[in-house]
Amino acid sequence: MANPTAERLSRDEYFYGHKACAGCGGSLAVRAALKVLGQNAVSVLPAGCMSAVGFNFPQLCFSNNSIISTFAGTASMLTGIEAGLRARGYSDFTAVGFAGDGGTADIGIQALSGAIDRNDNIIYICYDNEAYMNTGIQKSGLTPFGARTTTTPAGANIHGNLRPKKNMFEIAAAHEIPYAATASVGYLPDFIRKVEKAAQIKGTKYIHVIAPCPTGWGIAPDETVEIAKEVVDCGLWYLAEYENGAFTLNHKPTNFTSVEAYLKKQGRFQHLDLDDIKTVIESRDKKWAYIEKNFTYK
Amino acid sequence: MRPYLREKTSFSAAEIPEATAFEAGYLVSVNSGWRSIRPVIDTGRCVGCEQCYLYCPDGVISIQNGRPVIDYDFCKGCGICAKICKIGAIGTEAEHS
Ligand SMILES: Cc1ncc(C[n+]2csc(CCOP(=O)(O)OP(=O)(O)O)c2C)c(N)n1
Ligand code: SF4
Ligand code: SF4
Ligand code: SF4
Ligand SMILES: [Mg+2]
Repeated sequence: MANPTAERLSRDEYFYGHKACAGCGGSLAVRAALKVLGQNAVSVLPAGCMSAVGFNFPQLCFSNNSIISTFAGTASMLTGIEAGLRARGYSDFTAVGFAGDGGTADIGIQALSGAIDRNDNIIYICYDNEAYMNTGIQKSGLTPFGARTTTTPAGANIHGNLRPKKNMFEIAAAHEIPYAATASVGYLPDFIRKVEKAAQIKGTKYIHVIAPCPTGWGIAPDETVEIAKEVVDCGLWYLAEYENGAFTLNHKPTNFTSVEAYLKKQGRFQHLDLDDIKTVIESRDKKWAYIEKNFTYK
Repeated sequence: MRPYLREKTSFSAAEIPEATAFEAGYLVSVNSGWRSIRPVIDTGRCVGCEQCYLYCPDGVISIQNGRPVIDYDFCKGCGICAKICKIGAIGTEAEHS
């Protein structure tokens, strides 16, 4: 019985023996993307879980060339690597970055914006676990409304994070980037297809993949893939692409599954009351009204 | 090629390069001690759909002769493979060792 997605990937492993927590969604995203890009991928990882778990000297869990960048400098280091290798006459390589949500939406956004503006030939992948996980779960610009983190605690008066997620996908698209996409490790073949597509496009590519963190989300290690699927099924995340100036929706749930069920499976949302859940549902419906109006669905 | 555990796991200070210049994929410590459960594949029931191979976050499942094989040196026992297997060919046992 053939698996059409597995057939297209390298059988080699490029992210192996890493020290990520059992069931880490970020490590699945990095592993899958490198199996698409292969041995000639040159990967850049800023401070964050994936660099912390991948480089434990002398244990080197990347079998492709890989380097840690400054926290803010993922995109600028990608720019330098791409230009440097090109100057030395190499053409058969892919400069790819794997940065967390904090490293992308807050700390690295300026370098990313600059790289897109120059249209450097790189792939930037944001693995979004919705908080600064490596330092013990602090709120980032991509932490969703209501989530409890150590800097947005849940008490009687304030119920976790007060702010919505930044819309990084559309921020990247607003630069008129050649290619941007959203994805989720719960829909892995869709993510893999998007990395394959990005590898064929010249210029800057941005892929934003939801990658649950069992430790920070308060779920069991075996629930990572299910919850990453459920966030799409309940409409709180969506699978889309931006190309040639237009937005495309890749997947349209016929009926959304329960938002409350999605939230209440996770420790970080346990404290939410019915009003909070109503707020989450209203913002989902507003977002989908926007998607229906501005995205085409094929 | 799949990275593997190197035999030599300790170094004298003089052998350590000034930069992180060891070979890529240089593995010196296993993850097997992390497991509280051990996934076990029933190859008789397995239909070779490779979903477990695709979704393992650690990449420790390889396909050999059409069937999945787990590298227990590096499996962390997350249980994702057991959940993704639609036909229930992957069971879980308590880890004793
Ligand atoms: C300039 C700088 N500030 C702060 C830190 C500390 N730090 C290391 S990892 C990390 C969290 C990263 O969060 P994110 O980018 O979301 O990645 P994750 O750890 O969640 O994978 C922080 C704050 C640092 N290494 N460098
Ligand atoms: S804390 Fe979360 S993101 Fe970091 S390694 Fe563990 S599961 Fe992965
Ligand atoms: S998911 Fe199940 S049936 Fe498919 S290859 Fe793995 S063990 Fe076999
Ligand atoms: S339990 Fe987790 S780490 Fe072990 S083989 Fe299954 S999916 Fe991979
Ligand atoms: Mg994060």
